[in-house]
Amino acid sequence: MKLNKVLIPAFLLAVSASYLVGFEPGQEVGRNLFTFFLDMAKVLPCAFILIGLFETWVKSETVEKIMGDATGFKGYLSAILLAATTVGGVYVAFPVAYSLRQKGASLVNIFIYLGASAIVRIPMTTFEASFLGLKFTLIRLVVSLPLVIVSSILLGSYFEKRVRFLPL
Amino acid sequence: MKLLYVVTAGLLILSALADRGKTYQALKVAWKRFAKIFPSFLTMLIFVSILTYLVPNELIVRYLGGAGNWVGLALASLFGSITLMPGFIAFPLSGLLLKQGVSYMTISAFTTTLMMVGVLTFPVEQKYFGTRAAFLRNLASLLVAVVVALCIGIVYGEVF
Repeated sequence: MKLNKVLIPAFLLAVSASYLVGFEPGQEVGRNLFTFFLDMAKVLPCAFILIGLFETWVKSETVEKIMGDATGFKGYLSAILLAATTVGGVYVAFPVAYSLRQKGASLVNIFIYLGASAIVRIPMTTFEASFLGLKFTLIRLVVSLPLVIVSSILLGSYFEKRVRFLPL
Repeated sequence: MKLLYVVTAGLLILSALADRGKTYQALKVAWKRFAKIFPSFLTMLIFVSILTYLVPNELIVRYLGGAGNWVGLALASLFGSITLMPGFIAFPLSGLLLKQGVSYMTISAFTTTLMMVGVLTFPVEQKYFGTRAAFLRNLASLLVAVVVALCIGIVYGEVF
């Protein structure tokens, strides 16, 4: 938190100064920040509104029934389907996973969701296939999904009752 | 992307029609969650924009283009883990790598670690899930990415 308070103003100041004196690397870093920021800003407001709606309307029992402990394969599948329809990057997946956990999703399913949201997001997958070929994308999916599930089960059972979630 | 806006607006309206107070509550939750994590997001973006300057795409193309299978795999995993880029930059770049003759195995290691392993997103992940969970998840993801890359390499006949 302290780092943020110093770093953000210092960075913005440095970028502004770079523009004033025409320091090219500083300007480029500033342009990078703008591009990435725009990409994030397009998704974040909607994502957090949906998270807010989810937290107020969806009951814990519902989440527990679908993605809680002992939901087994149904839970894995739900986590993967949810991940497939997630838009944006990790900056959406992390808060969604956090809210799911608060509502009683099991850790295994949280890890599956996080892993799957990195590899099966539909918009991303179609984009990937168009650049690298359908064969590439299919092999990647077929190999990586089971691995994500297995590693998530291992991680989840290791962390169950152990991991501390910081109160955000 | 449009669909996201439509769905969000639709649900918000539906929620407001059903229960004004609850909708207000939802927006408050949304704001609270957002405000808490936003500085960390911004810090992450600052590091990403500096790193993107230090490790430009041309550098990635040059290093991966000249590397053999195994060095390529290691370098690609390294680049993929430390950098962070949106899909609209990452996949055109992968397409370019492919045209430069970079192996599918190397590209797979690059894209998979890019999406699954995040050194720059680590502080954010740590805030949400704690240090140990964040660390082990990233480590597991790195292993998954390497295994996936090897499988891709085998299927395309690039290794073994």
